[in-house]
Amino acid sequence: MIGRREVVGGAATALAMPFVARAQAAAKVIVVGGGFGGATAARFVRRADPHLDVVLIEASPDFIACPFSNAVITGFRDIAAQRFDYRAIATSGVRVLIAEATAIDPAARRVTLGDDSVVPYDRLILSPGIDIVWGGLPGYDEAAAERMPHAWKAGPQTLLLRRQLEAMADGGVVVISAPANPYRCPPGPYERASLIAAWLKANRPRSKLLLLDAKDVFSKQKLFQAAWAQLYPGLLEWVSLSDGGKVTRVDPATNTFETDFGSHKADVGNVIPPQRAGRIAALAGVADRTGWCPIDPVTFESKLQPNIHVVGDAAIAGAMPKSAFAANAQAKVCAEAVVQLLAGGTPGEPRLINTCYSLVAPGYGISVAGVYRPVNGQLTDIPGAGGVSPLNAPAEQRAQEAEYADAWFKTITGETFG
Amino acid sequence: MLRTAFGTTVLLSMVAMAPPPPGALGCSGCHGPAAPPPVLTGLDPTKIVAELDAFRAGTRPATVMDRIAKGFSHDESVAIASWLAAQQ
Repeated sequence: MIGRREVVGGAATALAMPFVARAQAAAKVIVVGGGFGGATAARFVRRADPHLDVVLIEASPDFIACPFSNAVITGFRDIAAQRFDYRAIATSGVRVLIAEATAIDPAARRVTLGDDSVVPYDRLILSPGIDIVWGGLPGYDEAAAERMPHAWKAGPQTLLLRRQLEAMADGGVVVISAPANPYRCPPGPYERASLIAAWLKANRPRSKLLLLDAKDVFSKQKLFQAAWAQLYPGLLEWVSLSDGGKVTRVDPATNTFETDFGSHKADVGNVIPPQRAGRIAALAGVADRTGWCPIDPVTFESKLQPNIHVVGDAAIAGAMPKSAFAANAQAKVCAEAVVQLLAGGTPGEPRLINTCYSLVAPGYGISVAGVYRPVNGQLTDIPGAGGVSPLNAPAEQRAQEAEYADAWFKTITGETFG
Repeated sequence: MLRTAFGTTVLLSMVAMAPPPPGALGCSGCHGPAAPPPVLTGLDPTKIVAELDAFRAGTRPATVMDRIAKGFSHDESVAIASWLAAQQ
């Protein structure tokens, strides 16, 4: 990583002034990670208190959104629809630095950047997303991902899986492996299997899709399984943990998935591997031995390091899933808490919402929702609220939910990046 | 007159500074410029509360709001609706 750039009013320019030369009067909030969590947090801190000095540090000038990227794999959607940048955020009063955060010193409250410059903070919000645990599934390393894409971070991996699918002859076998919990986007593997099955049905009708799972239960399971039976009988086969679905090793040289019960050779192999919080979380000392970050559910402050808050996929957020909606919702609560803490206040008990849409086919949407509050130090489902779409809904309601999914993406990306 | 104007200014800035009631910031995750979910900011708060009460009671057709409304009491809905009405 060389140097850093500041995004200013729609253009990227070299950073002219070192941070130490800036006025010291305003408290400084640094946000590391410019995804749904971090970009939202930066904006909402600044919105809640325009006097604060808010800096968003993100390594890439572009953000490629994961939600709906499963539809890019099957060509139902263009990847350009997933791409966002930080120009609007930079014009909203947040200072956006395109740089990699390479180290964090919690005692001195400093972030070190890729060019070895140092940025001090009063409070730090980390939203580093996920990292793949390379080798966590034996045989699966960075080189293997070029043969058997994970496509679990949207971008080149998404397009690689798409090209492999398009190149596959009719009668081929697509194998997807889904990991044990926790991981980014709990219903994601099942939406992906659904959309690939939809594409196969239309374009490679003699092909098969095998979904090997390290779990027996998964998000929106009854809805997915009912839809599969209706739409993709004989095409999509889900193999549960109990039925020998847990993949124990992959061999990229032969595109093979091994389980305790045998091996499955794929024409297109998609490994959704084990994950943990993005690397900077461990460097900051806010990740525990699980690889994820325990937080206070009122403020999202780390339970391991003071003055550092963690939101989004990296956080251990109790019953809240690792979703873009949840990251955005947590970021807004965290931003309010940070502003109140800096003003000497005490943040009140929050209430959080999550809504996740999945497409089972184009124009066929299903959802899960939850409402959460802190109970005994954990974000907990409010009993009686939330749940999944009805199992016996008419086609019009599935179409309506697909339309709501589309609207949700436009609205949340607008709030975050627009 | 001056006192009134001054008092009004102080009151408005205090409203702007007050933290949003629990859950209020969550609405904009879905309710924004993209239809079909309606824009909520600036709406009549009594209408929002009536809709949430109907969603909660199951008397209004819904896709997802029936599930979300059950996470809030009537009084909590009133606080959220009042805050939304005050937003630009």
